[in-house]
Amino acid sequence: MTPALRTVRLTVNGTPHEVAVEPRTTLVDLLRGPLGLTGTHVGCEHGVCGACTILWNGKAVRSCIMLAVQADGAEIATVEGLAQGGELHPIQQAFLEAHGLQCGFCTPGFLMSVTELLERCPDPSDDEIKDTLGGQICRCTGYQTIFKAVRLAAEKVAAARAGGGER
Amino acid sequence: MKPPPFEYTAPTTVAEAVGLLAQHELEAKILAGGQSLMPLLNMRLARPSVLVDVARIPDLDYVREVDGGLAIGAMARQRSVELSDAVRARHALVHAATMHIAHPQNRNQGTVGGSIAHADPAAEYPALALLLDAEVRVAGPAGERTIAARDFFVTYLTTALEPAEMLVEVRLPGLPAGTGWSIQELARRHGDFALAGVMATMSLDGAGCCAAARLVLFGVGATPIRADAAEAMLRGAAPDAKTLAAAAARAAADLEEPLTDVHATADYRRTLARVLARRALAEAAARAGGSA
Repeated sequence: MTPALRTVRLTVNGTPHEVAVEPRTTLVDLLRGPLGLTGTHVGCEHGVCGACTILWNGKAVRSCIMLAVQADGAEIATVEGLAQGGELHPIQQAFLEAHGLQCGFCTPGFLMSVTELLERCPDPSDDEIKDTLGGQICRCTGYQTIFKAVRLAAEKVAAARAGGGER
Repeated sequence: MKPPPFEYTAPTTVAEAVGLLAQHELEAKILAGGQSLMPLLNMRLARPSVLVDVARIPDLDYVREVDGGLAIGAMARQRSVELSDAVRARHALVHAATMHIAHPQNRNQGTVGGSIAHADPAAEYPALALLLDAEVRVAGPAGERTIAARDFFVTYLTTALEPAEMLVEVRLPGLPAGTGWSIQELARRHGDFALAGVMATMSLDGAGCCAAARLVLFGVGATPIRADAAEAMLRGAAPDAKTLAAAAARAAADLEEPLTDVHATADYRRTLARVLARRALAEAAARAGGSA
């Protein structure tokens, strides 16, 4: 007995999609499977590691413990939406320059969490950065450089805004 | 796909949700923010045949100040409590408890009502509800009723909610002016479930003695536990180090066998409960009387 498929309409990185899914499909499986957006990674699949973090209506959430049907009507942002025209987003550029990644598996989740943080707090305190990074696990043990990357990202995002850029 | 198959329903009224619960009884499970339920589904520890997603019911997502306390709707996200100006300004204990819950990425989805209805004994909101003598408003086939927090938490992951009832609001009374408070917990990493935790409040009389104290221990039993005997010891006593240590020792001694698991033995949890209770009472006493 397979439950009836449900139609989900959602926008991912500005592109509208309409997909029929089994109710038990997690959002990350919808993103990576039918939508082909494999930038969002799947790690622990119970909401702890943060590799699957995406923005759901602007808020950073775990897409492995969210059902696709819960995202019906939502605006989703994934790591694929950060770079524009072949140019890295300032947050990505900061992670690159400050060595905020080693193997990179966890990085898409970090980038999306930091995107939410800097949207809400353009000049975050150390505690606010730690609170955000605490929800993301990096097993290459790169937290010190990731912390520095967030500081650098805040500067770059502020500079891009001050420079009248579109970001 | 990790979760077992289930039917998904998204009612748009409380009555419709209650109807679905009544129709499916124990086969149905309410989905709110999903931060506890979804891991259980992914690990196939839970196998409901119907999910009732209550996030599409309008008017359940609110955090309001009522009579000096807070009225929190079933779908209010923990993050809404965390970022509420009113909570930050006037409900410091509620804010502090919220900041112990997992991480912002979980609090963005997780709800206050869901945490209380899930009733994990190591979770902060059930402990806070018990500490503040919260009232839980629930809706069922026969209408609404209100359950006191003391009667709500029955045992591990089990509450006084009937199968066809859903939580619709939690009312957290405010603390009287001058009440000191404290939250102490030990977790391996910040945001993890506490191995043991303690919440306390204290108010002092004109002579500097304890007028009233409340003490809740969590993560050390099948439910959060109100330390009634320890509270009685403190009433009218001078809150000196010896008295607070004795009350903390009593609270820990009164625990039935705490959980032993891979993270900690029962003995270790009992020791933690005593040490954390002493620290919590000392901090609550220090904060009492001032502008806490």
